[in-house]
Amino acid sequence: MNQKTGDNLRYVAHKRRVREDRRFVTGKGKFVQDVALPETKHAAVLPSPYPRARILAIDTTAAEALEGVAMVLTGQQMAADCNPIRLGLKLPEVKWYPLAVEMARYAGEWVAIVVADNAYIAEDALELIQVDYEPLAPIIDPEQAFAETDLFVHPGHGSNVLYHGNFLWGDVDGDFATADDSLTFRARWGRSSTVPIETFGALARWDEGTEILDIWASIQMPNFVELLANTLGYPLNSIRLHQDVDVGGSYGVKRGIKQSVLVGYLSRKLRVPVRLIEDRLVNMAGGDAHGPDRIFDTDVAFNSDGIIKSLKIRALDDAGAYPGRAPFQLAKPISAIVGPYTINSVKYEAISVATNKTGQVPVRGFGQAPTNYMIEMAVDTVARHLNLDRLEIRRRNLIPSDAFPYQIPSGSNYDSGDYHTVLQKGLDLARYDELLQRRDRARAEGRLAGIGIATCLEPGGGNNIFEYLMDPTAEITTFMEACEVKVDPQGKITGMMGTTTSGQGHETLFATILGEELEFDPDLIRIVHADSLSALPTRSPVASRMAIMLGGAATGAAGKIKDRAMAIAAFNLDLPVEDLEYSGGTISDRNDPSRKLTWAEICFIAYRAYHKLPPGMEPGFHAQYVFQVPGGGQLPDAQNRVQIYPCFSFQAHVPYVEIDPGTGKVSVLDYAIAHDCGTVINPDIVRGMVIGGLAHGIGAALYEKFSYDGEGQFLSATFADYLMPSVHEIPDVKDVEHCTPSPLTSHGQKGSGEGGYLGAPAAIASAVNDALHPLGLSITELPMRMSEIEALINNGPG
Amino acid sequence: MSKREITLSINGKTHTGAIEPRVSLLDFLRDEVGLTGTHVGCEHGVCGACSILLDDVPIRSCLMLAVQADGHAVTTVEGLSNQDGSPGALQDAFQDAHGMQCGYCTPGMLISAQALLADNPDPSVDEIKDAIGGNLCRCTGYVQIIESIQLAASRLREAGQ
Amino acid sequence: MAREDATGVSVKAAKFDYILAESVEEVVATLDRGDGEAIVIAGGQSLMPMLAMRLATPAMVIDINNIAHLSGIDVRADEAVIMACTRQATALASPQVQARLPLLAKAISYVGHQQTRNRGTVGGSLSHADPASEIPLAALTMDARVSLASASGTRQVALADFFLGPMMSARADNEILLSVHFPLGSNDTRMGTAFHEVSERKGDFAVVAAAAQIQLDANGLCSKAALAIGGVDGVPRRITGLEARLLGSRIDQDKIRAALPEIANAITPGDDQHASAAYRRRVAGVLAERALLEAVAEAEQ
Ligand code: FES
Ligand code: FES
Repeated sequence: MNQKTGDNLRYVAHKRRVREDRRFVTGKGKFVQDVALPETKHAAVLPSPYPRARILAIDTTAAEALEGVAMVLTGQQMAADCNPIRLGLKLPEVKWYPLAVEMARYAGEWVAIVVADNAYIAEDALELIQVDYEPLAPIIDPEQAFAETDLFVHPGHGSNVLYHGNFLWGDVDGDFATADDSLTFRARWGRSSTVPIETFGALARWDEGTEILDIWASIQMPNFVELLANTLGYPLNSIRLHQDVDVGGSYGVKRGIKQSVLVGYLSRKLRVPVRLIEDRLVNMAGGDAHGPDRIFDTDVAFNSDGIIKSLKIRALDDAGAYPGRAPFQLAKPISAIVGPYTINSVKYEAISVATNKTGQVPVRGFGQAPTNYMIEMAVDTVARHLNLDRLEIRRRNLIPSDAFPYQIPSGSNYDSGDYHTVLQKGLDLARYDELLQRRDRARAEGRLAGIGIATCLEPGGGNNIFEYLMDPTAEITTFMEACEVKVDPQGKITGMMGTTTSGQGHETLFATILGEELEFDPDLIRIVHADSLSALPTRSPVASRMAIMLGGAATGAAGKIKDRAMAIAAFNLDLPVEDLEYSGGTISDRNDPSRKLTWAEICFIAYRAYHKLPPGMEPGFHAQYVFQVPGGGQLPDAQNRVQIYPCFSFQAHVPYVEIDPGTGKVSVLDYAIAHDCGTVINPDIVRGMVIGGLAHGIGAALYEKFSYDGEGQFLSATFADYLMPSVHEIPDVKDVEHCTPSPLTSHGQKGSGEGGYLGAPAAIASAVNDALHPLGLSITELPMRMSEIEALINNGPG
Repeated sequence: MSKREITLSINGKTHTGAIEPRVSLLDFLRDEVGLTGTHVGCEHGVCGACSILLDDVPIRSCLMLAVQADGHAVTTVEGLSNQDGSPGALQDAFQDAHGMQCGYCTPGMLISAQALLADNPDPSVDEIKDAIGGNLCRCTGYVQIIESIQLAASRLREAGQ
Repeated sequence: MAREDATGVSVKAAKFDYILAESVEEVVATLDRGDGEAIVIAGGQSLMPMLAMRLATPAMVIDINNIAHLSGIDVRADEAVIMACTRQATALASPQVQARLPLLAKAISYVGHQQTRNRGTVGGSLSHADPASEIPLAALTMDARVSLASASGTRQVALADFFLGPMMSARADNEILLSVHFPLGSNDTRMGTAFHEVSERKGDFAVVAAAAQIQLDANGLCSKAALAIGGVDGVPRRITGLEARLLGSRIDQDKIRAALPEIANAITPGDDQHASAAYRRRVAGVLAERALLEAVAEAEQ
């Protein structure tokens, strides 16, 4: 790819307004709840009160009799008319239906749905549904689920193990044998998620005239229409997902397949539009949007100088009752399984188990944040063991800047990086020496104070070859993104993308790159979202990939537009293309600039003057480009080594915390982050995602948890119990960017959407443990709730 | 349990409607009046996405019945724009400092900020934090929101001089 | 087995009838007729979520926001009276409250957020009787009394007798809370107050909270001590045993520490997902000590 970076850039990397913001500040965003169709009916769902119970009978008569109720549907009725929802892994006996059939498998699972004139009546009707349950003992603890030999979440599957894989990259035994020392630790990542402020919602309208099911949904995944079609048994081309809907945050989780199946089915049955907007309680308990819940047991081999030689990792993940794509979150981290360090070999055992909890979905980073937390804990644990400074050990293990591209044991080539410089920038920003003094002064005054250090990677770009790693029959190597660019007869440019946007500013990104490439003011470029029937192929805005992938597609399409303009000019000026120069849409003779074609003339020829078109050229002025992920397309080698993600961003975090020893309460008082995602397309957007991700990571580290009691009851359905940080919990963040361009992308950009989330939990854990260090204590489980910290400090029972 | 007739001023316009007493002011504004700028985040009073001004005071519209707004003046995010619908000064500052990502919490943030700046043209960071402390944002980490409010404050102060 | 209530069944209130009351007489008459099925709404900051989640399903909601004389703050010679419908924000901003009822002002600054304080009322918070909420804790510490009215008359109840359990109080279904009465000490004593709480996020309900109000005589000896802890029992708890041990003494850290074990006898904390009972026990002592020290320091100034 012919790359434009650095000073040549006119719009890219410059501070510019984010075009999406205008509709949001004026209250004109169009979220799914804002889409109003005449005669729409409203759905509400009935959750199971039991984590595991046989459904003996459901009596819906009273509910159906209520005035204003159009229909009540149970799982049994629904299942008769649909297929189970396809899971990521082939698990034929793990049957996932939109409503529970015969058995409820977690507290909050939907067992029936009501459709009524409005949401109030729908909820009135829920109270009238009678369900006879036979409660059964649930399986809650993931270790128990793994060991269990006869109590199964899905009895037909014959086990609670959904996936169990072993990987070996390099001579682990040899490295452990020759290393000076080794140690073992356990780290636990608690069950949390992204929890967007907008819940999931879907609205469906079956059009009998066209036989098309129109869907509006707060969906992140355009390819969910395939799942929808498969589940409903409809042809794919009879479903039209409207992607001009604003999504109120997602970060991975907005995948509402069962919700959309339900409204699609009901709208066709009832011949009216039906909408289901999850309320907050339903969303938290039954929206199947929980995140990784993971136990790591890690052995680390190292030399006495702090050089880390090898890792043996066992990761046990609790996927909840219905796994969806959850198990793959164990595989993506293989792309950066040694973090930014020169670790020589790795053994990785990955286990996904089912329990009677709400289902897990992909969450920001797709398993990388927990893995980074574990890797950073390994580094800090070794440092502590050797009494070596946490910075020094990193300096000794970080991949040097002259080693790129650098291949790690699992096969990824890291594209570029300058980890030492970025770490130093972070330290400078934090005024590290002063920070040390501040910490030590606080300690001298009897307070518990700590500095966190975390140096983490953010793989970007995606590539679902990880599916193949888990299941070699899944021969999927394509991971594309596409766009179409149209120049209209007035010469105005319109870009068409094939996904929704959920806060990442894709329209701004797309317009900026088109403007850069075509040399037009991006603000004058229109961006639209194609619906799923008219969109080009896409794999959706996951994996910190849109800057890389939509950026690449936009650059490719802009190139085709330019080529076409050049061909028209060459033909009309009777010059070879090499003699022509493109500048802001005008094409002129290099040798005689007075000989030229303006943009308006080119557009006129393209649309109106067939006789001036080069022979064989189709009329019109548009281009499509489907961009395959750089480095994608290969299968793993015999050692299971493969390039998963193409680009690797880097972040260095330096937070400062103090802990109130009396209450265990942690205050994050300062935070510095240095970040390198190559070329930044829009500085405000990248900064927002870095800081927003970081705040999300503070939540995961200290506050956020989906709690269950010993009986499997879900305890965190409200925002008073699931504790997302408010502005008071987030410190003033200092941030600095560094730019090591990626050689693989259109403008040197890398991914940044997963942002600070991939390092902040590790950094906060490092800071808390630094604060606890003088007491000889450490905490190895997230979130680090104040009650647990206090119990540790005061040595009492939790 | 029949419907009640209510009359209130919404963004300066008088609105009359008939609603069941159990309907929240939030649902009334969105579903009956069609002002969808006010958002639904939790419906139990924690997230602040539903914030509006009631007689110029910021409150949560999910924690009030629509019938209780009878005779009062409500301002929603739509009411912060200029007469011609273009963004007002505060809204402009949020654009310039990119005080949002997905835009879902944004109306609530703007309402809280509007009330703050009406009383306090030169707020400190702590005062800004107190003003938006009851508005959750999942996207931004709040930093650019605080900067947006500071920018609006400084512009409004300059304009006032 | 019949259906049981599940997490997350409702966010839309069940049907109810509504009146906007114009007088207390109308309220109490309606409550009387309501036979336990009528409920008063003031600021609604606690009641609205309960209605939405259908934890409360009254047949009738009586709105008292229009009864003008139910709002207001009146400082008299020996007591300060806050009418039930006075907004928390109004009380917090009131110079009279800040000057004469400093503990209440300190407590309210921890209540919720600006938007909820703008609507939430002092009386509503007391009526709701949440054992972890701040206003009941402060008012209990201040020996406040509440006036309750019903169709058969008005009575006053000391807060020490008012709270009966989580969300349960001595207010009968047919009574409305009219006002809160805070006794005012004489001006020749030196008073200090402090409010401490720990919650995971600012503005959340307290996991544990401690309120202290201390009076010192001219010699610097404790002439009155009040300490109450919230979040550690079904009701906010006065720690009278501890108070008695401080009375008459010159309070210092050693004195306080010696008296702290009294707390353990007075409270029965429970476990929940936010903190264990053991945590609440230990932190009750920590916050009590901090609040007492701060109150004494303030009184000594
Ligand atoms: S929707 Fe009103 S506070 Fe969340
Ligand atoms: S901008 Fe998305 S929640 Fe605040």
